[in-house]
Amino acid sequence: MRRNFDVSAIIIRGGRIIDPANKRDEIADLYIVDGKIVGSKSEIREAFTRRGGKSEIEEISARGLIVAPGLIDIHVHLREPGFGHKETIESGGRAAAVGGFTTIVCMPNTSPAADNPSTIAWIKDRAAAVACVNVLATGAISKNLAGEELAPIGSLAQAGVVAITDDGHCVQNHEVMRRAVEYARMVDLPVLDHCQDYNLVGTGVVHEGYWSTLLGLPGWPAAGEEAMVMRNILLAELCDHHIHCQHVTTIGSVRLLREARARGVKISGEVCPHHIALTDEAIQNFDTKCKMNPPLRSQADVNALMEGIADGTLSILASDHAPHADFEKEVEFDAAPFGIVGLETELGLFIDLLVHKHHKIDIARLIAMYTIEPARLLKIDAGTLSIGARADVTLIDPELEWTVRIDQFESASRNSPFNGWKLKGRAVRTIAGGKTIWKL
Amino acid sequence: MTTRWTRKDLLGLRELSADELNFVLETADAFKEVGTREIKKVPALRGKTLVNFFVEPSTRTRTSFELAAFRLSADVINISAANSSLTKGETLKDTARNLEALHADILVLRHSSAGAPQFLASRLKASVINAGDGAHEHPTQALLDLYTMRERRGKIAGLHVAIIGDILFSRVARSNIFGLLKLGARVTLVGPSTLVPREFEKLGVEVSHKIEDVLPKADAVNLLRIQHERQRREYFPGLGEYIRLFGLTKERAKLLKPECLIMHPGPINRGVEIDSDVADGLQSVILDQVTNGLAVRMAVLYLCGGIST
Repeated sequence: MRRNFDVSAIIIRGGRIIDPANKRDEIADLYIVDGKIVGSKSEIREAFTRRGGKSEIEEISARGLIVAPGLIDIHVHLREPGFGHKETIESGGRAAAVGGFTTIVCMPNTSPAADNPSTIAWIKDRAAAVACVNVLATGAISKNLAGEELAPIGSLAQAGVVAITDDGHCVQNHEVMRRAVEYARMVDLPVLDHCQDYNLVGTGVVHEGYWSTLLGLPGWPAAGEEAMVMRNILLAELCDHHIHCQHVTTIGSVRLLREARARGVKISGEVCPHHIALTDEAIQNFDTKCKMNPPLRSQADVNALMEGIADGTLSILASDHAPHADFEKEVEFDAAPFGIVGLETELGLFIDLLVHKHHKIDIARLIAMYTIEPARLLKIDAGTLSIGARADVTLIDPELEWTVRIDQFESASRNSPFNGWKLKGRAVRTIAGGKTIWKL
Repeated sequence: MTTRWTRKDLLGLRELSADELNFVLETADAFKEVGTREIKKVPALRGKTLVNFFVEPSTRTRTSFELAAFRLSADVINISAANSSLTKGETLKDTARNLEALHADILVLRHSSAGAPQFLASRLKASVINAGDGAHEHPTQALLDLYTMRERRGKIAGLHVAIIGDILFSRVARSNIFGLLKLGARVTLVGPSTLVPREFEKLGVEVSHKIEDVLPKADAVNLLRIQHERQRREYFPGLGEYIRLFGLTKERAKLLKPECLIMHPGPINRGVEIDSDVADGLQSVILDQVTNGLAVRMAVLYLCGGIST
């Protein structure tokens, strides 16, 4: 049993510290005392002197590694309450740690839906008890995610949600959405939107294009996303409040966002790794592990997403981690649920594709897209190595070659199309609040 | 068994080579003769069990497979969605595994989801024959269409075939496109722009929205059933307008070359996609298609059943 006057100190030696929040990129040591970042080694000595007690310094060599602020994934489905057979807050938290994440933001499409303060309280209590990472909750935009009546957004704000979203669903009625955005502005919560026009998309399950035509699968046209991205740009302007477009996938969406951001509209977009790692060609054998919403799109869309990442139009990277049990995915393509797990593969995929293969961004920008960008959007206290900040730190080896093995996932589910993929770059140690919660 | 056929399953025509297609048609020649005998039965699949697993309703395709199996001396069980455990929440995979545990040798599957036959074929030792999956493929229908064209016109290569109607939602159209192109035919799709989107051109076919331009050039016209149920309402304004723009009326039929074949997979809507007199006219081979369907399905069951067992 550790006595409470003991001091815990860590020195992470010799790594390349990349801390975009402080515009820092240098080889240096990082010092942690009692779960907080401190400025120098002398502060460790001072803490020992001040407090007495048993004092040990844990030294971690980070030579050749990147020392980054703990990464943030703002788009994760932890499935609790209601679907513990797919994932739990505990297992999802462990998967996050493996992926290099110390803060994850969970979506409200649970059962019951997170459209009320008691469900938020339950999630927070559960996370405090069992999760090894920081779990932040989002609340619903509309009651039961039905898109008709506003959820109690003010009460959700008081309960501690960091944003509102109907993710998995999309408010179709523009008037309801407009009032939600106006109301969210009052309580200073950003609005995250899964952009899908239900009329245009209909029963679509795959990108409408060559492969949907060939395979006779119902198509999900790009315009079905773009119509709602456009709607959100208009409402962000009308309400003067931030709307963040989740999992952007199309050329048109990138073009719309680029133009709107250049005009200063409070709009942003995120990208998921599968939407740049794969195209709709991957569905040709009806593999339900390639069924997600929005769907895998064409090579031209993939190229546009990478350009959008390169020029800053798309500012945030996220997984849309969507666990489903094998028996749920092992059905007819039409009948299978949408989504794949992503927490344990997203960093590797993005480093491999964006930094190494396609040279779209450097590792520092990639880290910014996982730290300061989401932290600014959600106005959360994370994603920085500032002195005094909670010591959430991710050590990344950007050159490490590894193979994805779904049978080794910490996630409770295995629905990933990336089994066997060889990737370059990954997290090798994850530290949350000054404690190593996972290492390779 | 010959090396010209090595597949346990028939999932679609897209995956077949021209040689495989021709081999099925040649095998069907042999079986067609069986139907003209006094005793219309051969022992090719004696002792084998065939399950007609029809998750989506069908009468003519199921009956054709059933009769084909009888003529090959197989034992046949028919299961439909209504009397299967799928209505009790059992998954397709579990239902099929149960059938396999009963030593079913051949599973003939009709399903409303594209890809359902692929799903089962990769998980079962039994042969899986696709009897129509969603809007994806209906390989035996296309094979019988090919067979009928070949029988009447000698060969497929060089024929100009027009497929007219609801192409977007048609598995018959897709399988015909794949088969016809492989065997060297030229294919033109005809219908309203909503049901014959331009995307189809990427498959190697031509697209036309003017039936009068296409009819004089066609060596065969394959008319697809037009449905104007609730789910199609946004695709075209109504049957009256469809007939006005795309129906094979008596007047339009005069545009056809005299040797042009008139085909239809059935069931036909007389007076909608095809005028009643035209359907019964001299150029119509609609009933030959039905007869040939039996021979083609016997060939498919014989070939695939011979691989799996």
